[in-house]
Formats: sequence, structure tokens, C-alpha cells
Amino acid sequence: MRLKQGKPDAKINMKNTGRLPNIRNLGIALRMLVIANAALILIAYTLSANLADFLQRVAAISTIAQPMLLTSLLALYSCHPLLIKLNYRQGIISVFAVIMFCNAAIYNLFSTVWIFNELPELSRVLFCSFAICALTLYYFNLRQRAYSPAVAEARLQALQARIRPHFLFNSINAVLSLIRSQPKQAEAALEDMADLFRVLMADNRELVPLAQEIALCRQYLALEKLRLNERLNIQWQVDNMPPDAMIPPLILQPLLENAVYHGIEPLADGGTINIQIYTKLNEIHLVLTNPYHTQNNHQHGNKMALNNIKERLTLHFDLEASLKNKQENGVYEVHITLPHQKQKL
Amino acid sequence: MLNILIADDEAPARSRLRDLLTDIGNLYIVGEAKNGKEAILLADQLQPDIILLDIRMPEMDGIEAAQHLQKLTKAPAIIFTTAFDNYAIQAFDMNAVDYLLKPIRQERLQTALQKARALLPQQLTALQPLSPQRTHLNITERGRILLVPIADIIYLRAELKYVTVRTAEREYLIEESLTHLEQEFGNIFMRLHRNCLAASAYIIGFEKRSQDEHAEKQWVALLKHVPETITVSRRQQHLVRMA
Repeated sequence: MRLKQGKPDAKINMKNTGRLPNIRNLGIALRMLVIANAALILIAYTLSANLADFLQRVAAISTIAQPMLLTSLLALYSCHPLLIKLNYRQGIISVFAVIMFCNAAIYNLFSTVWIFNELPELSRVLFCSFAICALTLYYFNLRQRAYSPAVAEARLQALQARIRPHFLFNSINAVLSLIRSQPKQAEAALEDMADLFRVLMADNRELVPLAQEIALCRQYLALEKLRLNERLNIQWQVDNMPPDAMIPPLILQPLLENAVYHGIEPLADGGTINIQIYTKLNEIHLVLTNPYHTQNNHQHGNKMALNNIKERLTLHFDLEASLKNKQENGVYEVHITLPHQKQKL
Repeated sequence: MLNILIADDEAPARSRLRDLLTDIGNLYIVGEAKNGKEAILLADQLQPDIILLDIRMPEMDGIEAAQHLQKLTKAPAIIFTTAFDNYAIQAFDMNAVDYLLKPIRQERLQTALQKARALLPQQLTALQPLSPQRTHLNITERGRILLVPIADIIYLRAELKYVTVRTAEREYLIEESLTHLEQEFGNIFMRLHRNCLAASAYIIGFEKRSQDEHAEKQWVALLKHVPETITVSRRQQHLVRMA
């Protein structure tokens, strides 16, 4: 249940130069543990003379370091809702303060009950944990910068790759054909198009409610239906969907566009696109299937869209989100899993 | 008066062309096709002067359709239409092929109709890379064009001047070289013998048999839907082992 609460607000954090790593994300917490332990093992290795000595030192360091590490993580975990309200600079200072405090407390506790060889000096222990903490924060800062272009470019790519020019011009053509005979329908189509392009040109860095993305997809499909008519069948299985769950925008729409382009258009009699959305164990599953023909060889555009979606999922959810695709028996399936995160109040 | 055939898989696109052509006037729309295959059959039947041919269509795309259309006794002039296709447009520009970009303007359509002419052989050759593998073979029989889907072909056998095309129903004769067919459809057919290509999908298995009592036993391929077998030449016997 806890996972639902404290995702940092994408808007505030991304517009700052940096943001604190989200400790409540499993992937990020694991990375922190790995980095800290690697540093400790490195220290033990440097100090040791041989293998036996090394193991002994690792054990000795771990006895004091692991409790400190775990307590610090736990403390950061519980302070997370407070920390994310601060700006990046204040956040960094607070993180250091929390860790120093925890470690000093653990050290004092240990000094009263210590039964092994002598305890290292407090100042050295604190300096060491400070250094490891700084290293970890620096790593996350770099990592975030490395992934940021994916978000910054998302808008541009949306125009260049996601909405295929093919779709744009064919839709305009379809609307033109309606103007004389069915002006009402032409109006509706143009309205859908305006909405669609408004979203595509918007700043798409903030998470949006799932219901909003679904509405966009329905408008997009209405336009495709205009062109393809009875060739395009859509099956929505979204009864079990949490409409207020927050997802990165334009996750589903580009996938639908691929499904229409690669799956439906090459078939003279058309086919069915199936969209299934449900929650299971606090995760949202988006499953999209469409008929697939081995004959067509327009793979390139498909990969580009998938990679962009993957990058954005990683940026927002790290290891907690995944995108898998497979094709078997003439059916192509994309399966996205993301953490169920409710709208921030 | 010009006779015109429209080929586009999208109904709104067809109706838009119909509107524009009606506005231009003094021409006659003989028919409308929903894919390349239909376009060829209708063209064969209705003998239009001009075809407005969409490129991206199911079953058979416009580029392949154009290649088959050229073989009609009275080949129509072709004007391609497309919403967006960078590669095709480049090829059209380089080879002075007529094309119109959707949404189509009436003036452009009018100009295109006035200068429309049948594609030259070298133009067709230049367009071929856009549709690297045909989906159908066309067979001229008693002045009519028959389209045989590649997926229905069980084997191709070269005999003298012709190649026999075998489907589950019957045999056809075409005037193409087996080598050329092997190059184009190498992913679908296996060369079992110097004179024979068999579709991998229709090969059930291999068996060692002798033609008559005195002859040496040879590997033959058993095929789905047809009683005859195909002898595997000595040189191709590694295929049997792979299967």
C-alpha cells in the first residue's frame, strides 16, 4: 500500500536541475545498497593483507556498517514525503543531516554494547558515511541527467515520429471528403484532431491520470475509424481500470498507432485491436494485442516508438515498470507494467 | 472522354477523388478498387485510360499493381497517389513518374490527367525496389490476366522456355526465369533440383525411393495437396539432412 503514496511530483522535480532519488522505489533502494556495500568492500580490500584478513575485515565493517546503512535507508524512507517538498539543495542537505544523525545514534548505541575489537573513531565513521552518501547522490544526479533528454525530446519526437505524417495527411484527406456530404461529422473529426495535436505539442513531462490518456486514445481511434471504417475493430477491456492512476502521457496512443499501421492497415478485411487494462498486486497492467503479418517489413518505426516509451518508463519508475513485446501465432502483444500510483492530492 | 479507375483502400479517399473528378467533368469513372489486386482485375475488365493508384494498400500495394498492369494488352496510364512516402516520392521524382500528394488539389489532378501516360519499362524497373517481393504472379491466359498468390504456390518447375507454377488446384505456365524467381522469393522456396523450387511451407517430408526396380534409390520430397513428388538432386541433399 505504501507504494501508492510518495512518488515525487514529476512537475516540480523535473523542472529543477536535479531531484532526489526516490527511496521508495525498490530499484533505487537496491542501487543504494549496492553502491554503499561496494564501497565498504573496497575499503576492506584496501586495508587487508590476505583473503582471510579480508573476510574478517568485511565481517567487522559489516557489523557496524550494515545497521547504519539500513537505519539510514529506513529513516530516509519515512522522511520521504517531507524531503520531496524541499528543493534539490535543501533536500541534499537534509539527506546528509538525516544520515549523519542516524549513524551517530547507532554509533553511540554500539559503543555501549561493543564486545569486539575496538570501535573506529566517530569522526572517521561519519566522514566515511558522508563520502558514500555524496557518491550515491552524485550517481543518481548523473543518471537522471543521462535520461532527461528522453523526456525533453519526447515532444519533438511526438511530432516527428509518433504521429506519422501518413496518419496526418490521410486524416485531413478523410475530413475533406466529409465536408460536402457530412459536415457535422467533419466538424467532430476536426475537433478530435485539434485535441490530439494539443496533447502532442504540450509539455509532456508531467504524469497524467490514466483516464485522460484513454480519452485521448479514443479520439485518436475515432479518427482512424473514419478512414478504415469497419476494417478497424477495437475491444476495450477496462472495467477493472483505476482511472485516477498516474501514468506518463502518450504511453498508450503511440502503441495504438503502431497497431493500426502494422496490424490493421495491411489486412484487406481489417482486424481487431484489443486493449486490456487492469490492476493486480498494486501494479497496473496495460496489454495491447493486434493481428500481425510476417510479410510487412516496416519494423523501424515500431522500434523507435517502443524505445522511447521504455526510456520514459525507466525515467519515471526505474525498475518498477517494464515493457515486454512478443509475437506468436500471428498476434503481436505489448505488455506494460507500472506501479499503481494515485493522483497526488 | 477519359475513362478513369480509382484504386484506394480507404473509402473517404475514394469519395474525395470522386468529388474532385466530378467537379472537373468531361470524364467517366469506370470503377473503384479497394486494393491492388482488385485494381488489376477491374482494369483488365473495364480497360480504363487512367488509373489513380494509391501506394499503401492491403493484399497488393500500388507499386506491385503497376508492374502487373503494364502487362495488360491495353496498359492504362498510371498516376500514383500517396499521403506520405518519402522513398516512393524520391523514386517518382527521379524517374518522372506521375504522382499526386493527398490531400489532392483539383488543379493538380487536372494537370496530371492531361499529361498522364503509361509507365515506361525503365520507370517500372526503377520502382521495383520499393516493392521488393511480389505477393502475386501474373499469368496471361487467353488474353486474360490471372493473379496467383505466391502463398498458394507449391512448386515452380522449369521446362524448356516456360516455368510451371503448381498450386493445389492446377498448373499455370509463366515466362520468367527460375533463377530470377529464386532470387526474388528465396525466403519462401527451396531449390531441390536444378529445375525445381519448392515452397518450404508445403514440404511434408523426404523419402528415399527408386523410380523403377533397376534404378538407384533417390531422395524425393513429399508435398502437401499434390500427389507428385520432387526428386532432390544429389547436390541439394544437404537440405534433406537439415529438414
